Amino acid sequence: MKRNHVLLLVLAGLAVLFSGCTTVHPWERATLADYTMRPDRDPMQNTMMEHIYFSREASSGGRGVGGSGCGCN
Amino acid sequence: MSSKTKHIAGLLLALTLAVSAWAQVKIGQPFPDLTGFALEGTLPERAGQVVLVDFWATWCAPCKASFPAYSELQRELAGRGFVLLAVSVDKTKAPYEEFLKRFAPAFPTVRDGTQKLVAQVQVPAMPTSYLIDRKGVLRSMHSGFHGAETVRSLREEIIRLLEEKP
Repeated sequence: MKRNHVLLLVLAGLAVLFSGCTTVHPWERATLADYTMRPDRDPMQNTMMEHIYFSREASSGGRGVGGSGCGCN
Repeated sequence: MSSKTKHIAGLLLALTLAVSAWAQVKIGQPFPDLTGFALEGTLPERAGQVVLVDFWATWCAPCKASFPAYSELQRELAGRGFVLLAVSVDKTKAPYEEFLKRFAPAFPTVRDGTQKLVAQVQVPAMPTSYLIDRKGVLRSMHSGFHGAETVRSLREEIIRLLEEKP
């Protein structure tokens, strides 16, 4: 196979690869905004997890991580 | 790289750029004609009016916060040739209808259930509002709703456009 053909094949492969990446647009975030998508929706479970974490690690907090949501504003 | 390969690579790049640039509305250019998107609901009379098109959704908290303020704007400025049109991007009808019953906005609303209009406009965030002058030209865009600051800024711009000679 000629070098140019290989290059063209690589380019086509890259085009397919990039078309596989997609952005969730702001208007498509209804499911992400749902209450059930919240990791902290159960206060009892939060308290229990915090207690276990504190018991094992002798530290607490630091749970402010990115999660779901509508990403509004 | 041969000239043929270069041409094909260039064509691919140009096509990618063209597709990404095609969909966006730009300030200073006409806003898309709303009649061509099968919007559910009755569109208000817009000819010769200053129009604020607000994209919102029932699952968007700042959108809920914006409704009372936008109702106030509509009540205040409707008699001077202003109309606020709220376009919901909800795919399902039930939450949309329930929301309207609960908030009873003073402005007309339609639903872009197929999300064709919002996809063409490419809103950067929810909510986003587009201010269109009497000639149908997009004059400004407000991304998000930041309470009194957004309302003050919108009000000033709307009044400025209302005072422009047709």
